Amino acid sequence: MDDSTQQQAGQISGAEIIMRCLQEENVKFVFGYPGGAVLHIYDAIFKQDKFKHILVRHEQAAVHAADAFARATGEVGVALVTSGPGATNAVTGIATAYMDSIPMVVISGQVPTAAIGMDAFQEVDMVGVTRPCVKHNFLIKDVRDIASTIKKAFYIAASGRPGPVVVDIPKDITAEFTEFNYPKSVEMRSYTPVIKGHSGQIKKAVKILLEAKRPMIYTGGGLVLGDASNELVKLARTLGYPVTNTLMGLGGYPATDKQYIGMLGMHGTYEANNAMQDCDVLLAVGARFDDRVIGNPDHFLSVPRTIIHIDVDPSSISKRVKVDVPIVGHVQSVLSEMNEILAAETKKPDASALKTWWAKIDGWRTKKSLSYDGSSSSIIKPQYVIEKLWEVTKGDAYVTSDVGQHQMWAAQYYKFDKPRRWINSGGLGTMGVGLPYAMGCQLADPKAQVACVTGEGSIQMNIQELSTCKQFNLPIKVILLNNRYLGMVRQWQEFFYENRYSESYMDSLPDFVKLAESYGHVGINIEKPADVEGALQDAFAMKDRFVFMNFLTDQKENVFPMVPNGKGINEMILGTDPNANDPANKMEG
Amino acid sequence: MKHIISLLMENEAGALSRVAGLFSARAYNIESLTVAPTEDATLSRMTIVTSGSDDVIEQIIKQLNKLVDVVKVLDLNDGRYIERELMLVKVKATGALREEMKRISDIFRGRIIDVADGSYTIELTGSGSKLDAFLEALDKTVILETVRTGASGIGRGDRILKV
Ligand SMILES: Cc1cc2nc3c(=O)[nH]c(=O)nc-3n(C[C@H](O)[C@H](O)[C@H](O)COP(=O)(O)OP(=O)(O)OC[C@H]3O[C@@H](n4cnc5c(N)ncnc54)[C@H](O)[C@@H]3O)c2cc1C
Ligand SMILES: Cc1ncc(C[n+]2csc(CCOP(=O)(O)OP(=O)(O)O)c2C)c(N)n1
Ligand SMILES: [Mg+2]
Repeated sequence: MDDSTQQQAGQISGAEIIMRCLQEENVKFVFGYPGGAVLHIYDAIFKQDKFKHILVRHEQAAVHAADAFARATGEVGVALVTSGPGATNAVTGIATAYMDSIPMVVISGQVPTAAIGMDAFQEVDMVGVTRPCVKHNFLIKDVRDIASTIKKAFYIAASGRPGPVVVDIPKDITAEFTEFNYPKSVEMRSYTPVIKGHSGQIKKAVKILLEAKRPMIYTGGGLVLGDASNELVKLARTLGYPVTNTLMGLGGYPATDKQYIGMLGMHGTYEANNAMQDCDVLLAVGARFDDRVIGNPDHFLSVPRTIIHIDVDPSSISKRVKVDVPIVGHVQSVLSEMNEILAAETKKPDASALKTWWAKIDGWRTKKSLSYDGSSSSIIKPQYVIEKLWEVTKGDAYVTSDVGQHQMWAAQYYKFDKPRRWINSGGLGTMGVGLPYAMGCQLADPKAQVACVTGEGSIQMNIQELSTCKQFNLPIKVILLNNRYLGMVRQWQEFFYENRYSESYMDSLPDFVKLAESYGHVGINIEKPADVEGALQDAFAMKDRFVFMNFLTDQKENVFPMVPNGKGINEMILGTDPNANDPANKMEG
Repeated sequence: MKHIISLLMENEAGALSRVAGLFSARAYNIESLTVAPTEDATLSRMTIVTSGSDDVIEQIIKQLNKLVDVVKVLDLNDGRYIERELMLVKVKATGALREEMKRISDIFRGRIIDVADGSYTIELTGSGSKLDAFLEALDKTVILETVRTGASGIGRGDRILKV
């Protein structure tokens, strides 16, 4: 080797180089947990004050919090974990971010270079383990490569279709010395993401849109990730066409706008799913035709329609559903170009066809597919809690959620008017994200109201983070919709397994109020509908306290509408159907 | 349908496993995969023989292009191409078989590259189907051992895959 173990004038250690890189990238928070392989790095963290390190209580939470920070701000989230168990604990967080295309850099410690492959203490092949769930990963083998690799990692994470990048760094490398030179830019012949869409295709798309009789705009997480809400709103208003959002796209188009017809998909509104099925021209923007969105693909494709698809990742296009006009490019750039063409265009949308189409949609709306029976004065309906949460927070909170029925109710009943406010795990559906997600949001926007909507199953998957919230004084409000069931599992067991509730009851629950109090937080039990609003008001009035609200909700409530597996998206069961809860209705097709 | 895909990727540790991992994770067929550095040592050239419907092949190409280390991808089946594979076969060569093995090898334009008391080793190049045909022409019991490289492919004429 060379003399890199001896410090020369102008040289700094690998650990210090990492600090300088993070500084160059304007990193504000690093979420992490120390251990042997990263001790040099932690020593360097001790000596710097450019970013704040947030010590979590489990590495999974570090990655989720970094992920949420990225979702809330659009900046790259950063997590730091040690080798071996620290690294494997991070994997669920990495996979979660990967499925939802979240820009993130995860730095993992590795055993010293000479020990790699020796089954050394706390050795795990992190590059191998994470390969299928990262956008890219690196193992650094030379201290002189640290700066250029970290530069590349941030660039790859944030550009094109965003995603997590893992940088695995052996311990010895962090103790060696070299000069620090941060590259100004990155050139990679093998990685050149497209930004501008093909102009011919864009023109063609506008022409088709203007000829539509029953148009529909379907937007997803890509619109939010690409910060193109303004462009989309402009386009939609100019055209006057209906808009639906995927679960990942909520807030991309303002939910209180009259052109918004609700979320679509498995638990989408009647009007959104019917319009999706019946439209003659579909404009898909940063949405990937997920199986939870289009239901049975054969049923979806059984009627003719022209599909225009804007996506930065060519592999998202024509994957499940063949499209007619593919446009590969960044949503912002493509939508702006569409708006420019439209502004210069003399042809207008077909007003009379549009009138008929809206009349049809308004007809579907009268089904009121999100109505529920809120007449009981003794049992709290979960939907009601979310409606009140929306009112009390004036629709302006960051709402994070875990995974299950509560997630769907939060998505259906909180009307998101802004992007980057709804923070949840859609693609991987990871229970346990809710609380760490709330931490990431609260740190990103310290003055904001942050609500974590969760279930008693999910919250227990990262409950230890109550301690982190105390340490960093995060005034999060937990909205626990406690139905004493793994509700989403119970719902499927009712629908598809003749009510055999196999292991879906949540037994031996803790006293959540005492639990919260033992961590130094405020806990409140809410058992009656009449107390819901007051409790929420009290909680949000405690601006500097973490409040854990345990709402005892209806144990048997199910999520409607629902498209059973294998059915077409307009073959939905509505909560108002007299036999909505009758299993005979919904056998899997 | 069978497709031969050629690609150029950064010659970096783990590059091969990214491609192999992609195929197994997405349940794509992989018949053979060969890889070696090119005249430019920073690049590796890979030839992958796979099969699938047009939609699947389209996804395979897109997914390969998406790998951060991959510089260029070409579906050789989109045009005219040449495919070659090398095979070494060790066959029994005793008594009358010595003559017969030599004769079959000649018919397929093979070369005997190792001669031992009881065996010959025959070297054969050609398309995968030619090599298959050779093996079929032999009696199963005379084949002692076979080793194949998997196909390498290149476009005809001015179809060039280069950075
Ligand atoms: C219990 C449960 C129930 C669910 N039910 C539903 C449901 O009823 N309805 C529903 O919609 N989902 C539902 N989901 C979520 C579902 O699984 C998917 O995660 C979701 O539908 C995917 O959203 P999306 O299509 O917007 O894609 P995303 O995963 O958000 O993907 C974004 C797309 O945009 C592209 N993109 C990214 N950045 C850009 C850019 N700058 N420019 C252009 N394109 C870009 C990406 O390449 C990608 O193709 C459910 C999940 C769970 C856990
Ligand atoms: C880590 C993980 N394990 C299992 C599941 C499967 N799963 C999906 S929803 C759910 C039940 C969630 O229960 P709870 O948090 O109480 O929410 P509820 O549905 O009752 O609102 C389960 C077990 C999952 N999504 N994630
Ligand atoms: Mg529950």
